[in-house]
Amino acid sequence: MVEFTFWFVVSLTLISAAIVVLSNQLIYSAMALLFTLFGVAGIYIFLWADFMAGVQILVYIGGILVLIIFGIMLTNRISSVRLSQTNMQQGIGGSVAIWLFLLISLVISKTSWFQVEAVEPVETVSGIGTLLLTKYLLPFEAISLLLLGALIGAALLSRKEN
Amino acid sequence: MYDLNTYLIISAALFSLGIFGVMTRRNAISILMGVELILNAANINFIAFSRFGGMNLDGHIFALFVIVLAAAEAAVALAIVINIYNNMNTINVDEASAMKE
Repeated sequence: MVEFTFWFVVSLTLISAAIVVLSNQLIYSAMALLFTLFGVAGIYIFLWADFMAGVQILVYIGGILVLIIFGIMLTNRISSVRLSQTNMQQGIGGSVAIWLFLLISLVISKTSWFQVEAVEPVETVSGIGTLLLTKYLLPFEAISLLLLGALIGAALLSRKEN
Repeated sequence: MYDLNTYLIISAALFSLGIFGVMTRRNAISILMGVELILNAANINFIAFSRFGGMNLDGHIFALFVIVLAAAEAAVALAIVINIYNNMNTINVDEASAMKE
């Protein structure tokens, strides 16, 4: 049962990722991206990262995906034109992507990774919270400044000039 | 349950699909979606190494920072894309290639 769930999540992720990059309809790509992000959250759960799965759903699906759909709506006349898009140079791009995948797979299978036996944690939230406020306090503050800067920059860039 | 290589291969497949999207798409928002796929692949790697490499939660923190950066990147990129659309009336990157109007 667990095995079936795992491969279901993996195939959901990869098939919808393929739809994201191959679909001719822009809005279908965005919807397929939703399932990809859900699948990645599922993979996080299989990797014992419960908090990261929650963050993935909240930030990626609740934030970034909605932003992308807004972008699609604002940059296309959705009432008059079909939201179609075309790909260019699929042959070259496809062969480069396939060769890249084969190369990375070769490297992965040839390398003997350092691995340790780990015990499954009860939960990861308190550990992440402690790390964020001790070891990673400075990066945490820096990234909050970056978010503030990105927020102001995005608002400044997208407003109407007067 | 599954070993590290399974997750690394999954992540490599996701990464290659993202690279394919970035290389072949003409629409700027579709390119952004390809970038999101690449970032997700990197995150799967971070968390897989954190789970199998005995790095405890450090990989989770890195993945968290990547997600925050992806959010900032998406906001700024979409603002730029909307500006390009207002100025040039297209967001196909091969048509909107002029450096000045």
